[in-house]
Amino acid sequence: MATLTGLTVAEAREGLACGEFSARELTEAHLARIEAAGALNAFIRVTPERALAMADASDARLARGEGGALEGIPVAVKDIFCTDGTPTTAASHILEGFTPGYESTVTANLWAAGAVMLGKVNNDEFAMGSSNENSHFGPVVNPWRRGGDDTPLVPGGSSGGSAAAVAAMLAPAATATDTGGSIRQPAALTGTVGLKPTYGRCSRWGIVAFASSLDQAGPVTRTVRDAAIMLKQMAGHDAKDTTSVDRPVPDYEAALTGDMTGLRVGIPAEYRVDGMPDEIEKLWRQGIEWAKAAGAEIVDVSLPHTRYALPAYYIVAPAEASSNLARYDGVRYGLRVAKPDLIDMYEATRAEGFGAEVRRRVLIGTYVLSAGYYDAYYLKAQKVRTLILQDFNAAFEKVDVLLTPTTPNAAFAIGEKIDDPLAMYLNDILTVPVNMAGLPGISVPGGRDADGLPLGLQVIGKPFDEATMLRAAHVLEEARGEFPRPEEWWVQ
Amino acid sequence: MQVDEATVRRIARLARIRVGDNEARSLVSELSSILTWVEQLGEVDTDGVEPMTSVVEARIKMRDDVVTDGGDRERILANAPRAEDGYFVVPKVVE
Repeated sequence: MATLTGLTVAEAREGLACGEFSARELTEAHLARIEAAGALNAFIRVTPERALAMADASDARLARGEGGALEGIPVAVKDIFCTDGTPTTAASHILEGFTPGYESTVTANLWAAGAVMLGKVNNDEFAMGSSNENSHFGPVVNPWRRGGDDTPLVPGGSSGGSAAAVAAMLAPAATATDTGGSIRQPAALTGTVGLKPTYGRCSRWGIVAFASSLDQAGPVTRTVRDAAIMLKQMAGHDAKDTTSVDRPVPDYEAALTGDMTGLRVGIPAEYRVDGMPDEIEKLWRQGIEWAKAAGAEIVDVSLPHTRYALPAYYIVAPAEASSNLARYDGVRYGLRVAKPDLIDMYEATRAEGFGAEVRRRVLIGTYVLSAGYYDAYYLKAQKVRTLILQDFNAAFEKVDVLLTPTTPNAAFAIGEKIDDPLAMYLNDILTVPVNMAGLPGISVPGGRDADGLPLGLQVIGKPFDEATMLRAAHVLEEARGEFPRPEEWWVQ
Repeated sequence: MQVDEATVRRIARLARIRVGDNEARSLVSELSSILTWVEQLGEVDTDGVEPMTSVVEARIKMRDDVVTDGGDRERILANAPRAEDGYFVVPKVVE
């Protein structure tokens, strides 16, 4: 049943609906493929029993003609979504042993639509990272390699397990979260589609918090249509998250018209960053040509504060993280390092439980929020954030979507940037502004570099206009044609 | 902004994270380089600019002020590293 793992969500939906195969067969095929892909380290925990029980329930519902929108579709879940009865770690030592007694709203929505959970996928600890090297459970390896070169590459991060699992066809779709690019950047580096919705589109309830004003859940898939199908089920208002927005969730699939007639596509000059390789420039020009050919009008726009988004992000995100991560105290859940004194116990637990990057960000956040520094750092960053949003608002008076590259480079080697935090942070230079302004963004595979590695194009939409963004992304995908899949060197 | 080792130790104490001597020394340079880099925000004129408080303009929905959840002591304590008689257990804090 090897071919079952090559199916997209839309294809699997079709096959299940007409009884070509069962949900159990589809799930078993994916579980077998996961088992043979240990070399990728994409999963922290596979849940075969739960998966097969859910698949059997799906088959029963399909037989009764009561199948939901995702009935029988296997999904990998980033291990940052709380899953009732299944341990959830956020890839941190400090949460080892934690088994939620509740289900995140986003995953609950997926199960209500009939989806099947394959297991929990790896990520950077607390979603802090751009390479998936900051996981307590070891780095995820990108299924892609440079031509004629065995060097293991990073899949990007923080949703590296989600992206690697989907790229390697261990799952047709995965849930992920994006705080500064954590869905779009790994999608770009693995040749997959990654969608970060508008802030407020999906409930954050039951997702382990990193930076609450920036975090948003979204899907990783292999096609734009699948992203549309997944988002429709993940999104919606939730009384348990007051920042989730109560507005109708449109039928995103219906937006995929295949043309861009009348659409105005903005090209922001400031996204041409220093030292950007020619290949990225070429990819961008190709994307512009595809949009033009599909009937779009290309408009040059300016987002003057773009270069300040990343430094502002590295104040706001650590500040919120230092506050959110205060809850890990060795008292209520997860790790405790026993000490006779309470403060010693806190300090020892948090020193041992958090990895190096998480400790670094909690310390930065504590510093910028500390007495005497709050105005100079945090307040200043929040003012810059207002200016970034105003830039986007002005641009969106002239255009419907923006088109940019997703990342300034292709996948890099494991270990290459891990000792240089600033070099690592620069990977998110083209994705972070979207989070700072709360906008929706999607990365679609656009082409490959000279080594054959995937590169992504990013489409940025107006707030809550994911539909138009998906329409544009779908056109780019169609123009590009079938994207190749990596050679299966990892299969055992 | 250059931070010194005493500052790193003060921040670590506030954050309740124990740092060893070697780590404190490497954090001095790491935190200094990150803080120096973010200070480029000083170039931006933000006079009269309101700090962002909410990225999406939305009024928080109101609901009736009623209990909707609770009574889950066992479920909550199930993940505690130490619990006894329906309580979390911590090291002694009062002599």
